[in-house]
Amino acid sequence: MRKTRISTPIRYLINTALIVVLWVLLTVVISASGLKGEYYRGIMITIGINIILATSLNIVCGYLGQLPLGHAGFMAVGAYSGAIFMKSTPAAALLRAGNSAAVIPYLIIAVVIAAVVAGLFGLLIGIPALRLKGDYLAIITLGFGEIIRVVLTNIDSVLGFKVTYGASGLARIPKFTNFNVMYVFTVLILFLIHVFMKSRHGRAVLSIRDNEIASESVGINTTFYKTLAFVFSAMLAGVAGCLYAGYLGSLYPSTFKFMKSIEILVMVVLGGMGSMLGSIISAVVLTALPELLRSFSDYRMVVYSLALVLMMLFRPKGLMGTYDFSMGDTLERIIDRIRFGGKSRKEVQG
Amino acid sequence: MSNVLKCEHLRVVFGGLAAVSDFNIEVNENEIAGLIGPNGAGKTTVFNLLTGVYVPTSGVITLCDKDLAGMSTIARSHAGIARTFQNIRLFKDMSVLDNVTNSFNTKMKYSVLEAMLRLPRYWKEEKEARKKALDLLHVFNMEDLAYENAGNLPYGSQRRLEIIRALATNPKLLLLDEPAAGMNPAETENLMETIGKIRDRFHIAILLIEHDMSLVMGICERITVLNFGQVIAQGTPEQIQKDPVVIEAYLGKQRD
Repeated sequence: MRKTRISTPIRYLINTALIVVLWVLLTVVISASGLKGEYYRGIMITIGINIILATSLNIVCGYLGQLPLGHAGFMAVGAYSGAIFMKSTPAAALLRAGNSAAVIPYLIIAVVIAAVVAGLFGLLIGIPALRLKGDYLAIITLGFGEIIRVVLTNIDSVLGFKVTYGASGLARIPKFTNFNVMYVFTVLILFLIHVFMKSRHGRAVLSIRDNEIASESVGINTTFYKTLAFVFSAMLAGVAGCLYAGYLGSLYPSTFKFMKSIEILVMVVLGGMGSMLGSIISAVVLTALPELLRSFSDYRMVVYSLALVLMMLFRPKGLMGTYDFSMGDTLERIIDRIRFGGKSRKEVQG
Repeated sequence: MSNVLKCEHLRVVFGGLAAVSDFNIEVNENEIAGLIGPNGAGKTTVFNLLTGVYVPTSGVITLCDKDLAGMSTIARSHAGIARTFQNIRLFKDMSVLDNVTNSFNTKMKYSVLEAMLRLPRYWKEEKEARKKALDLLHVFNMEDLAYENAGNLPYGSQRRLEIIRALATNPKLLLLDEPAAGMNPAETENLMETIGKIRDRFHIAILLIEHDMSLVMGICERITVLNFGQVIAQGTPEQIQKDPVVIEAYLGKQRD
């Protein structure tokens, strides 16, 4: 037991302050690096998208304890629905005029649409799929992801519309995702996942992972909570997809192949299933590492793969295991250390 | 005193095997009843029938005069049946406190949205749940362990936590499946005290399966003996100890 207690409002204050400090730091880095700043900005936005993807997959993978392989499918659904909406708004003209503040309402609507549509698909696939477990769930979600991609490729020529523009790609999407938008959404989504997991609903999800039979015996509606976690995860993947579309400005169905789902899964597994901090760290590292290794371009993928193999050999439970980080708790521990010297927590208690 | 649990002519058939046939039992409020029998007699099957894991082939189960037919495990938990498991099934990666507060889930009312926006009802209900859970842990002298991982507890404490978690659902009937399995005599003694305490404090009906005869004979007021899925004897511990049919089932028949 820790002696120092930091009250909840102060914890919030500390966290908010740290978030602002990090924002200032990153902004300074971008603006101080001159020409390279644009490059850094791009990497940071990609990192942000990957953080959202990894942490949202972690809800189903780490917290609920299931193995879905169709995360890229939900991302695709969100990306296309958000992008198609944005193309129908005057956002492009506003952005060209340099009026990025006026785009914000459209941006929010697009993100909500992406989340809702991806969530609906999550519900549609989740209700039948979650009756299955383990390998079977993996296969059915994998199939779903591929179906989405194939539908996006062929729907235009089949129905005679001009909606997704098939394999030639959806181009000229307003580029509404800048660094600040990405930062705000990443922080917001991390917060939402955190508060979800710290509620009775989050506890129920965790209890299903630990023992489904026991959680039924204490009255947890397991079907409801499994579906809820699955839909929540799909919605956030949809948001990530929407922001991705707004960053690149063009979408191709081939981006959302099966390998994309695996890439996200690798981030979650490496970070430690059930650890949000782990997902964040591995999303950052696995996005930045290939960029850092550009100078050894020939050996880039070798080093990357080697890093994965070594990681699994020496930390099979992932970087962080199931440890979840709390700034407040860590500060309490540090203050304890200062106040009570090097004594262990047990001695202080006694 | 009213019947909390009543089973009439309960029967379940798996393929050609009648795992339980013509099982009758009544458990009253404030009563500790025991269910014993040799291995494979169908004791755990009875528990699984009561909690809705298996559907009975025929027969009626009533809880406080309410028919439980067709109700799922979850619905029966809401109706007031709580159980522990023969092999411990704790939420190992959650804290002891969360193991208990999770049982309050259905009694808490705040929605997902309220949780995400952290509206007043979230804070109020979370605070209440936490307090109730700590109180419950305090009753069983486990509040010091509240923030430990449940998987790190010693064996006896894990068993106790499983009972606390079941109690937190506020049941009318508590089913204990071999609570003393794997315990040493001192721990068993401790457990007997705990079970007595539960009855005195929460005024619920308790039905327990146990192989440890000192525990069964020590605290059960009435005992039902099963063998090959059939009730072979029912009565007080004294009656059961003298019953020739029971002795035969456990020890075999004396040669003439």
